[in-house]
Amino acid sequence: MRVLAAMSGGVDSAVAAARAVEAGHDVTGIHLALSRNPKSYRSGARGCCTIEDSNDARRAADVIGIPFYVWDMSEEFHEGVVEDFLSEYAAGRTPNPCLRCNEKIKFAAVLERGLALGFDAVVTGHYATLRTGADGLVELHRAVDAAKDQSYVLGVLTQEQLAHSLFPLGDTPKPEIRAEAARRGLLVADKPDSHDICFIADGDTGGWLTEKLGASAPAAGAIVDADGEVLGSHEGTHHFTIGQRKGLRLGVPAADGKPRFVLDISPVTGTVTVGSREDLRIDGLSCIKPRWCGAVPTTLDGPEVTVQLRAHGAEHRASVRVAGESVEIDLLDAASGIAPGQAAVIYDGSRVVGSATIASTRRTAVGEGA
Amino acid sequence: MTYLDHAATTPMRPEAIEGMAAQFGKAGNASSLHASGRAARRVVEESRERIAQALGARPTEVVFTSGGTEADNLALKGLWWSRGRRRVVSTAIEHHAVLDPLAWLEQHEGADVTLLPVDAGCRLDLAALDASLGDDVAFVSVMWANNETGVLQPLDEVVARASAYGVPVHSDAVQAVGAVLVDFAASGLDALTLTGHKLGGPYGVGALLVRRELELTPVLHGGGQERDLRSGTIDVPAIAGFAAAVELAVKEQADTHTRLSALRDELVAGVLAAVPDAVVHGDPARQLPGHANLGFPGCEGDSLLMLLDAQGIECSTGSACNAGVPQPSHVLLAMGCGPEEARGSLRFSLGHTSSAADVQAVVAAIGPAVQRARAAGVRR
Repeated sequence: MRVLAAMSGGVDSAVAAARAVEAGHDVTGIHLALSRNPKSYRSGARGCCTIEDSNDARRAADVIGIPFYVWDMSEEFHEGVVEDFLSEYAAGRTPNPCLRCNEKIKFAAVLERGLALGFDAVVTGHYATLRTGADGLVELHRAVDAAKDQSYVLGVLTQEQLAHSLFPLGDTPKPEIRAEAARRGLLVADKPDSHDICFIADGDTGGWLTEKLGASAPAAGAIVDADGEVLGSHEGTHHFTIGQRKGLRLGVPAADGKPRFVLDISPVTGTVTVGSREDLRIDGLSCIKPRWCGAVPTTLDGPEVTVQLRAHGAEHRASVRVAGESVEIDLLDAASGIAPGQAAVIYDGSRVVGSATIASTRRTAVGEGA
Repeated sequence: MTYLDHAATTPMRPEAIEGMAAQFGKAGNASSLHASGRAARRVVEESRERIAQALGARPTEVVFTSGGTEADNLALKGLWWSRGRRRVVSTAIEHHAVLDPLAWLEQHEGADVTLLPVDAGCRLDLAALDASLGDDVAFVSVMWANNETGVLQPLDEVVARASAYGVPVHSDAVQAVGAVLVDFAASGLDALTLTGHKLGGPYGVGALLVRRELELTPVLHGGGQERDLRSGTIDVPAIAGFAAAVELAVKEQADTHTRLSALRDELVAGVLAAVPDAVVHGDPARQLPGHANLGFPGCEGDSLLMLLDAQGIECSTGSACNAGVPQPSHVLLAMGCGPEEARGSLRFSLGHTSSAADVQAVVAAIGPAVQRARAAGVRR
């Protein structure tokens, strides 16, 4: 096959590209320029949009011996990922931009352009595995390295997208990938993993949002408890996410002396509600905008059905009911600190069934005295 | 391999490689007073004389530099500081080796820079030049021929107009030497930039031809080499190779012009036959023999470049890169193209290794490549 290797400048995508060459594919490396104003150098281990990263990707392509180009996807990234991130936060939700990027950029804009230019697939360094199921459909499964598994951020991919994807790293633990990179002479072998959100270079999400949202940033408001009593004030609801404990700056300690967490965010009234760890526990999710990896399910309640609610988060046993664009999830294992906007990725065993965006959470059996 | 990017750099001529190789391994700093130093100095001065002879300059007017960018910086900053006048006149289509020093002078030295517009055919607007000239102008800088379109600029008119105000004129002629007749004395220019690697010589060496009477403030200070205008130990092998290449390129210039322009016309005709709605950017009647800048509506230039590259055909999108990301060419934008049209162009530039087989390869590949690139679409 003729495949496009999306190369971030990191170790994983470099090894993925090398493995694709070894598997006999005709590989072309591309680095996606996603920032409108790329910075020259990384600060620390963060970020993946610098000229230095682009140069690292180019050097890896040289060593592997494949052609290499930079594709400007900055406009698509801004519209599809950054603007979505801004509007979600402004609305009091907590989005995951990595899923949006996979859904709209890497396996959409890039794949479409690649297919038109005569390529057959996109290969990335994501830790996940693909198998062909009994029905002939391509199945997405968790990686063997549970600590590195990235099937969660790929849960937005449709059958069409999966059929044009290659994930050569899913069968290997990360330390072996680093060793393999060193063996292959790839200088990025000991480059630190990227973390956090690539377009927020210093990791200060609140400060970044304040700057980008400008006049449309949510206004300052009150921090209240479940009874509505005012405990403090804040500089905008976008500084908070549900389950957050740090940075509340409440002068008055709770009556029971226990730490308090953000339970609810209302950008309209500017109110942030806080409460105890117990109050964070939920056992039900109403979700919207489902994306299915294969056939559309109706009910999923087998013993192996689980949902994962954040990247590298826990698996919760669950029962799932699908009605068109609406997905209702009952959690058999309660979850904590779950925010609207996050993605619920649904698994049957190791197989990803699909994903949906959490619209609201509920607590029924858990709660009192739990 | 079909190499059609000679305007970016062209392979060294064997004569230049031999000229250089003969100097490697020899001891002797050209500034030293002993026999080895004198031998090195002799090579440098003979090279200077050969270059001067080939280009209608006097030997003292040849100032060796590390290449075109340094020669441009020396001309522009040197004239700015020696002239002590506030205004600077240049064109919107200059190479970044001119545009960026001018922007630096604007930001750090308070220069008032006017970038003159060009017409749709990439020729300087002389009426705009007339309107911008005056006694307060430090210098005028206009390229001999544009690097992206190959269009020749009306330097005779520029020199005549500027000299009426006593304003010195510099020209970046890195694309022109060896492709068209370049005679420094006859041009009336005060300073002219050329570089080795565009004409079959080595990288890392070039020259600024500086009219003897012109006052220029040096940019590099040190040992006082090159008439105090450009300090730094003289690169004897590079200069020897450079001189051999200049001499050869100028000697063959007329034949080169005839041969390359015929090949180039064939390439343009063949591409237009394969892609009837392709657009020729520039002015076919007044341009360098080896340049063809072609627009392909509905295509991204970088899609086309990648598709041709995969078939061993090497050309350029004629655009600058910002962080490795192709930007629409400032030259095509100045000619009135929209950003999408500018991004959809390719520059094929022929040189001494080009053959009819190269042209045939492009003509055979361009139709299917354009079809593919159109399917991939354009960015908004």
